[in-house]
Amino acid sequence: MTEKLLLLIPVEKDGALPKTAWETVSAVRALGQGLNAPFDVGLWGADVKHAARELASCGASRFLAVEGADFADARYATDSAAAEALARASQATVVIAPSNSRVARVLGGVSHRLQGRADNHATAVQVVDGRIQLTRWYYRQRIMVVLEREHRPWFIALESGAAAPWSGPSGDVALEPVGVSLTDADKRTRFEAIQQPPADQQTIRPDAELLFVAGAGWTKKQRDGQIHVEEADRIIREFLAKSGASLGGTKSIVDQAGEGGAVLSCMSHMNQVGQTGSTPRHPKGLATCCHGEEPHVVGWRFINERRAVNLDPNCGWAHGKADVLYVADAFEVMRKVNELLSS
Amino acid sequence: MATGLHFVVCASIVPDPLQTLEPVMGPSGPALKNEAMLPAVLDPWAAHALYECAALAKKIAGSRLTLLSLGPKAKLQQVMMTAGQKVPFEFVALDGSAGGFTESAETAAALAEAIRALPNFAPENLVLAGGWESASRGAGTTLQILGELLGIRNQFQGVDEVHVQEDGSLRILERLEGGKYQVSVCAGPPVVLGWATGTVPEPPNNPQIGMTNMRGVMPALQRAKAVAVGAQGVKFVTAELPKQKRETRIVKDASPEEVAREIVEWIRGH
Repeated sequence: MTEKLLLLIPVEKDGALPKTAWETVSAVRALGQGLNAPFDVGLWGADVKHAARELASCGASRFLAVEGADFADARYATDSAAAEALARASQATVVIAPSNSRVARVLGGVSHRLQGRADNHATAVQVVDGRIQLTRWYYRQRIMVVLEREHRPWFIALESGAAAPWSGPSGDVALEPVGVSLTDADKRTRFEAIQQPPADQQTIRPDAELLFVAGAGWTKKQRDGQIHVEEADRIIREFLAKSGASLGGTKSIVDQAGEGGAVLSCMSHMNQVGQTGSTPRHPKGLATCCHGEEPHVVGWRFINERRAVNLDPNCGWAHGKADVLYVADAFEVMRKVNELLSS
Repeated sequence: MATGLHFVVCASIVPDPLQTLEPVMGPSGPALKNEAMLPAVLDPWAAHALYECAALAKKIAGSRLTLLSLGPKAKLQQVMMTAGQKVPFEFVALDGSAGGFTESAETAAALAEAIRALPNFAPENLVLAGGWESASRGAGTTLQILGELLGIRNQFQGVDEVHVQEDGSLRILERLEGGKYQVSVCAGPPVVLGWATGTVPEPPNNPQIGMTNMRGVMPALQRAKAVAVGAQGVKFVTAELPKQKRETRIVKDASPEEVAREIVEWIRGH
């Protein structure tokens, strides 16, 4: 099968490329070389000129662009229209985009319009015997699958970590504008705002070296028979401030707010890691007061070095899920950790 | 205030997350070992969608809530014994595979047909909901395709909050990277809402709701149309459990100071 590739990227509101796009450039270049196939770049956003210049030397045959104020913010109707138009203009058989919320929202819908198929959350794409093989996880990171597809176009959202970021000199680019006709129906949704906690209260830090996970044990009775939630909150916040770690939580701890239990003020559903939470990517992870049950640990698939502090020597972490399990009281240990981090 | 909405929640079933899963390769692709024997639960994010939509339907007079599930009939019946006690709903079942190694496009096509056939179906009032990803296939594409099949171009994924405003518009919070939310306002239905965990806690079991629901669930299961959902055009090269199992070093009887020192050295990369 003769393939034609499209590197599809939504451009940020400030004209920058999304962070994961640089890795996707590398992946598309490698795929193109493996298949001996050309690739186009397709960009959409309010103004894509700066982003296109950044990619000038990436080896793309053409630079296609959908531009305008209507495409500045993430919105299904306009994003899907832009992505559809770019894919049609390119006539690509394989469309690869960096995985982020904006891409994930539309990829399936756009693939349907072009009678193709879509795979979100791909962790690798490679060429084997002239065919494209894609790797992704099923059953929430519990089963790893390598698959091939007959359907074209094949839309792929590539997760970060799949390739090294590409870099190359910027330069002038001949942008080919691609027209998209929008109707009022496409604008029934209006972007209002981005909500985020103040910087000093933001506990989710995707770029952090360390993921720190707090389990429900922090809010349970301690050795003195009392609950020490305020102290737990203080210890955890202090640790996050000193270590720069990103905060994760188990389902049981984030559910406590809804169940009327004692809650940590630093914890919300957004922090949840695992089966119904996120699967973050950090080089290291430290779990505390968490039993390491499978529904939680599936969220640790992309955490390389893992350590845990738990009072139970037979907890899940002890069974090959962590590199080191410290059988100890997390309150005592983390107090000392904070002292040492201060020194 | 908004007029009554029709919430259609698509929720399948998945193996209980506490079960050990093992893939086996069959002639038609991978499956789970002893899949039929594994206890099942309502797909977790889709279950959140059900609770959230039930809460919204309760607030908006004249609304109705339909739960549409595709899965093996016997398993659906078993799961509905519990799920049916949570919130009141009309139930529609499709008898087919709930396995993860199937295509979202095929699943979406079967669901679209079932939705179009719902009694008194009014697309203009439709709030189509489900989990933003399943805990089986985990592709996050089924609802999008289903929305497209039903002509819905106002779609939202990773939804944690929906507020139906006085003028009938919907104010929606979607998860973004890095703990952020995007706030959007949609003029009104039809919409697609792919829910994350939301804010409504899991309702306690209510036997009265269970009794009422089961009166509809059993006939719905009897009527359930058989649908063939597979993975046409996909070649599964491998399906494996991750090979890496760590050699866990268990540190007992160390003082908190010793443990802390080791952790700090590790964090600092020494």
